[in-house]
Amino acid sequence: MFDRLSFPQPWLSLILFVIWQFLSDGVSGASVVLGLILAWSIPQMTQAFWPERPTFFKSWRMPAYLMRVIFDIVVASFQVAKLILSPRKPRPMFVAYPLELEQPLAITILASTISLTPGTVSVDVSDDNKILLVHALDAENGDDVIDAIRTRYEKPLLEMFE
Amino acid sequence: MSQFAEYAICLLLLTGGAFTLIGAIGLARLPDFYTRLHGPTKATTVGVGAIMLSSVIYFSSRDGSIGISEILVTVFLFMTAPVSANILAKAAMHMGVRTVENTQGKPWDQ
Repeated sequence: MFDRLSFPQPWLSLILFVIWQFLSDGVSGASVVLGLILAWSIPQMTQAFWPERPTFFKSWRMPAYLMRVIFDIVVASFQVAKLILSPRKPRPMFVAYPLELEQPLAITILASTISLTPGTVSVDVSDDNKILLVHALDAENGDDVIDAIRTRYEKPLLEMFE
Repeated sequence: MSQFAEYAICLLLLTGGAFTLIGAIGLARLPDFYTRLHGPTKATTVGVGAIMLSSVIYFSSRDGSIGISEILVTVFLFMTAPVSANILAKAAMHMGVRTVENTQGKPWDQ
């Protein structure tokens, strides 16, 4: 009974509440009430999707990682734009990327990063969370793609989550 | 509004528009489903990012306060774009969408 009234993930609730205040036009009674309702109901509804809570990770390393990702997005966008406009045909490739990360949240962040940076999309993760299937738009050989992902994204994530 | 802000907004809008256009051209030009997935999810990342940034500059130089809601919109977009790309790719894989001939490697079945 009291389960239904609690906040299963206090941090998520707090973030949701603050974000709602920013999204609504100025803090008012209505936005606080609605913010509280959302902060309570969204974690309750999504609770079933978190089989195990992500463990605490070194969040102060996140800004440096985000800066790198944003920089890469900009650089790689120009490469993809050039490829789209050039008459040459792309050389697409499926790459099976062997994961070193083990936590689901870390793998999700890595897969999202791969999808956000132009030139690669993560397609699927194997059932045992060991292999990530990546589709590269234009690649000469798979090892280069694996090396690039390994050094640029997975290493910093490993440091963050270990 | 300062001259500098106006130039910055113009530049960002043009960059954003150009990248979004290139993303759309990619959608039309690339050979198969998987490669087409790269056009709209990618080139547009920078496109939308630049347009949002220009909106932030416009509203903060007009009202003198930083437009947090625009930044939040950008953040949400960047968080959801990879998820939808991933779902599209996964669906294509399960349906066995054909790939262009020079594709190396294969999607798996499981």
